[in-house]
Amino acid sequence: MKDYVAVTLAGVPNVGKSTVFNALTGLRRHTGNWTGKTVDCAVGYFDRGGKHFSVSDIPGAYSLFTHSPEEDEAKRYILEENSDVTVVICDASSVERCLVPFFQIGEATDRVAVFVNLCDEAKKNGISVDLRMLEDRLGVPVVGGSARWGDGIDKLVSVCADIADGKISPSPAKADYGDAENVIARLIETGMSRWEAVRSICDAPENFGYPDAKALRDRVAESTAAACKAAARGTVTREKSDRPSRNEKIDRILTGRLTAFPIMALLLIGIFFLTVKGANYPSEGLWTVFSFVLRHLKSALEAACLPPSLISFLCDGVAGTTGWIVSVMLPPMAIFFPLFTVAEDLGYLPRVAFDLDRCFKGCGGCGKQALCMCMGLGCNAVGVSGCRIIDSKRERLIATVTNSFIPCNGRFPTVLTLCALFFTGSGRSSGLVSAAVLTLAVILSVTVTLLTSLVLSKTVLKGRPSFFTLELPPYRTPNIIETVKRSVLDRTLFVLARAVSVAAPAGAVIWLLSNISIGDTVILSAITDLFDPVGRIMGLDGVILTAFLLSLPANEITLPVMIMAYTASGTLSDQSDVLFIGEVMRQNGWNTLTAVCTLIFTLFHWPCSTTLLTIKKETGSIPVTVFSALLPTAIGAGLCAAVTAISELASQVLHRIF
Amino acid sequence: MTEKKDRLSQMAPGEKGRVSELFAEGSFRRRLQDAGFCPGEEVVCLMRSPLGDPTAFSIRGCVIALRNGDASLVSVEAEYPR
Repeated sequence: MKDYVAVTLAGVPNVGKSTVFNALTGLRRHTGNWTGKTVDCAVGYFDRGGKHFSVSDIPGAYSLFTHSPEEDEAKRYILEENSDVTVVICDASSVERCLVPFFQIGEATDRVAVFVNLCDEAKKNGISVDLRMLEDRLGVPVVGGSARWGDGIDKLVSVCADIADGKISPSPAKADYGDAENVIARLIETGMSRWEAVRSICDAPENFGYPDAKALRDRVAESTAAACKAAARGTVTREKSDRPSRNEKIDRILTGRLTAFPIMALLLIGIFFLTVKGANYPSEGLWTVFSFVLRHLKSALEAACLPPSLISFLCDGVAGTTGWIVSVMLPPMAIFFPLFTVAEDLGYLPRVAFDLDRCFKGCGGCGKQALCMCMGLGCNAVGVSGCRIIDSKRERLIATVTNSFIPCNGRFPTVLTLCALFFTGSGRSSGLVSAAVLTLAVILSVTVTLLTSLVLSKTVLKGRPSFFTLELPPYRTPNIIETVKRSVLDRTLFVLARAVSVAAPAGAVIWLLSNISIGDTVILSAITDLFDPVGRIMGLDGVILTAFLLSLPANEITLPVMIMAYTASGTLSDQSDVLFIGEVMRQNGWNTLTAVCTLIFTLFHWPCSTTLLTIKKETGSIPVTVFSALLPTAIGAGLCAAVTAISELASQVLHRIF
Repeated sequence: MTEKKDRLSQMAPGEKGRVSELFAEGSFRRRLQDAGFCPGEEVVCLMRSPLGDPTAFSIRGCVIALRNGDASLVSVEAEYPR
């Protein structure tokens, strides 16, 4: 016998399964107010009342007759994993539609309970659910509450324990399939579960004496819908109101014909502005502290009579790069991410997909690609696995290979720093200008994504747009303090971990490359000289290209590596200002054109190794992974070369004229 | 007054109707049924996307957006403006 109770959380998308999971286990699985936030399964453990529990959080599924891979995953879990209790989670505001999986799961197993989540929100909207009556109708225990506040969770746990112990034996209500029931009964006698019987009939109705397959499948689907309706009738009461709901009012503005796009742009600018402004001070502070510590560390090591090259290796190489990442990269990331999470919790992201779908449709893609792109702003690897929400394989591939066009969080700081150095200066309005430049960068990324999608769907990924259903969830007030607190902490730890695991080794490698010579040539300069001709065509130089190559493990380190390579012979640590790098760059021949090309190449080059691995995992195809690396690189190189050629041509023409 | 409107895609924001028939096939048919688009179900056209397509419908207590091409595969009987 197992020594723990295995609970599976199931239900339609966006009813708060992950929130219930978090409430049960005390874990912090990412949640968001949109359909498809959770695309993989997670297992957590907890103890309650001397019992061990395991909980599986699975992606939402509208039905077990599945459509997309993430729903397949859910089906596999419910039907094949041996769970002791399956909890069907419902949204109190829309119990009826949430019951579809209940009737299907109830055909596969008797050990089912129902948790009616979001009761507080429903109550606010004048909707109440008679839990007792619902329990009678469904034949299984029904618990109500609100997982966000931990409400009803204890009761749910004890119900699960009772079902597992056999103290409660639920007998889930069944949908009535009319004249198919005879056949189902016959099949059950042969040892099939009711679910298997229904499934067999639907798969091949002609074998069971139903020549009209469509009619039979319709009957099954409609009987299930009718069962849901019957169960919800009378148990759910709504206060009638003629006024448009708060949701409709907000939607009228956020998706209005004239207001939708300006608001989207303003929101982006706003988020970026807060990021830029907010990041300045912590960045400077961290750098001051860091260079102070480094100076003292250095003199301490010197006093200890360590060899100068070792001191330089540790301080300039390893510690220098790490300190750089932490002070320049961490603050913007730790500010952007929480802001983004708040927008996500509000329920704004599906509206972006709704507003933009027409563009994607025109380019042969799916509007949900916009959701993957939004996630890509945070992290491209997350964006790539988010592509599972797209039903059609072709559209999913398009979204996957184009995801890295969207600059992820790890690339913002590079863009921001370059903007500050070469375009906006550090005047009073610089924050706003930087934010606008960053917004333009995102718009450029979106444009290139759309164009590439168009080209792909006309060439290698030929096909017509498939069907599209997108759920627009109600707006929910995010728990701002909790969200911000959690995601700042998450981000900080994440960046610090990356700084140690990626930046420190990279710093070591760069230092070694720039301090070891073969014959008369320093290795690093041999490498950068090798790339220099290619770099020049693209308006870059060998060092910049080398830096991009070395930052394959993490985009955050591009700038620090670049600076390390430029200053390899001297030292970094005498500077007290983060922006001294502008000096370094100009001394090494940077001009506005170099900055523009570096910006373009930051947006469009190979995805980081984590993203590539994710693409490999999701598509299971090495050719696709290689293609996803080559495509953005080719586009970036092409754009840079074009910009360089045009600017040279322009300067020659100007030269002739004057 | 009742005005005869055939397809879901022909409904204007604010109009209300009942689903009468589905013309979609295969997995899209099933997805529509699971979302609540079954004969007799009440559906309200809420709003169009700023670019004119897709359109959001309220059905069975939730809001679902369909592209106009897809929505034309659902026939409705319009009842009355809200």
